[in-house]
Amino acid sequence: MDAQELIETFELLDDWEDRYAYLIELGRKLPPFDPADQIEANRVRGCVSRVWLTHERRDGRLYFKADSDAFIVKGLVAILVGLYSGRTPEQIRQVPIEQLFEQLGLSAHLTPSRRNGFFSMVARMRALAEVSS
Amino acid sequence: MSLDLAVIRAQFPALHQQVNGEPLVYLDNAASSQVCRASIEAVRTFEEQDKSNVHRGVHTLAQRATSAMEAGREQVARFLGARSSDEIVFTRGTTEAINLVAGTLGQSFVEGDEVLITHMEHHSNIVPWQLLARQRGIVLKVAPIDDRGVLDLAALVGLIGPRTRLVSVVQTSNTLGTRNPVAEIVRAAHDAGVPVLLDGAQAAPHEAVDVAALGCDFYAFSGHKVCGPTGIGVLYGRRELLAELPPWQGGGDMIERVSFQGTTFAEPPARFEAGTPNISGIIGLGAACDYLRGVGFDAIAQWEAELLDAATQVLQAVPGLRMIGTAPDKASVCSFVLEGAPAADIGTLLDMQGVAVRAGHHCTEPLMERLGVPATARASFAFYNTMDDVEALGRGLHKVRKILG
Repeated sequence: MDAQELIETFELLDDWEDRYAYLIELGRKLPPFDPADQIEANRVRGCVSRVWLTHERRDGRLYFKADSDAFIVKGLVAILVGLYSGRTPEQIRQVPIEQLFEQLGLSAHLTPSRRNGFFSMVARMRALAEVSS
Repeated sequence: MSLDLAVIRAQFPALHQQVNGEPLVYLDNAASSQVCRASIEAVRTFEEQDKSNVHRGVHTLAQRATSAMEAGREQVARFLGARSSDEIVFTRGTTEAINLVAGTLGQSFVEGDEVLITHMEHHSNIVPWQLLARQRGIVLKVAPIDDRGVLDLAALVGLIGPRTRLVSVVQTSNTLGTRNPVAEIVRAAHDAGVPVLLDGAQAAPHEAVDVAALGCDFYAFSGHKVCGPTGIGVLYGRRELLAELPPWQGGGDMIERVSFQGTTFAEPPARFEAGTPNISGIIGLGAACDYLRGVGFDAIAQWEAELLDAATQVLQAVPGLRMIGTAPDKASVCSFVLEGAPAADIGTLLDMQGVAVRAGHHCTEPLMERLGVPATARASFAFYNTMDDVEALGRGLHKVRKILG
């Protein structure tokens, strides 16, 4: 996924309804997540919705798979997986995620809270990148 | 007796704003209500003119602060129908009030003693007893509910036994809105010589509470749900019972005399209020209690019943929507699930339309498990809500369905 392309697509959409419909569509296109991986150990803490994350390392790169039981969160998760998966830890660190979400008009979802599953997921992906470097 | 909503809404500054480009429709009152102007002003007067510590100084500001805080205690006592303001202990909220009972009365419980709750309790009336179970080996008994979310009163009464040391039940369910028959529960418990704690967090905002008439031994509620400030709450305790309880937290203000040979403790309520209290919170809460009594709970209850009826109709007209909690006797709380729409998405997509609701398990996970739903969306109404708010909720949900398609 290309961040610039994403921003341009969002700009083409007229209103918030179309933007959220597109976001939900992104979630639907996320590669299937193995139901067997929907376990407590892969869960990212959140109060309102449930989010799961698995990862593997190959050739110095991180590959993520993720899922959520809420459509909008799943769309947000799809953006993250698209931006982070298959990248080196150094590349992951360089993604200006806050700025990107600001430009997409989605920054409210990055509210720093332990109860916000999506925020916790960004934190966990970055932590995994730190560990690998 | 009917409410003038324009006059009432003018008392709530936070209601008059736009959220995501739409007029705010605030339907998350069961989580926290908006603060009334009387409470805001009382806090402001204290902060700007009377700010000082209480119960200590001889100077003028300290005297004014002490008078204002103790006036707050009187206002709360009147709000609850307590016989004396000595029966009012200030806490951080309902949760701390229940923990206070667990940390004082609960310290006399021994292994095998029982605390009886219901299946619809908030975590704050479950976890303190589970901690006590771990520390002292007490047993937590749970009275069942039916699929509508109605308490099985006969089963609860049947669970009161020789080892029951406390019945601790929610008066009105935060998730379902169910109003429990607390007067009957108190009678049955007292017949067996067992004291009763009522979690009134969701009842105090909606109905006139009269602890003397109810006869309950403890009553807990929170300031931020009765149009007052956050971080302040109340434990009412029957005077005779409070007098027998040991201290909870140690510190200043709760002692009579301190020496290294031994310390003696103050009488209630001071015994349970160690350290400098939340003075501004108490003053703000007192003002909010007076404001609500001034509006009048008869008028509040009547209007909220109309809102509940209208909201129930509007919600049931949404295709695929199922109400969770259909007790015949309900406060103005509507929990629901919508086919194909996870609760979190409902919450987000309503917020984009300016409508604030709660989504999640509402800190009642055992209840959600019993009802077989992982989460619900919840619209909860206060007396300042309007029929337009009800309509906005309905329109919002139709749009949610359209977007989630």
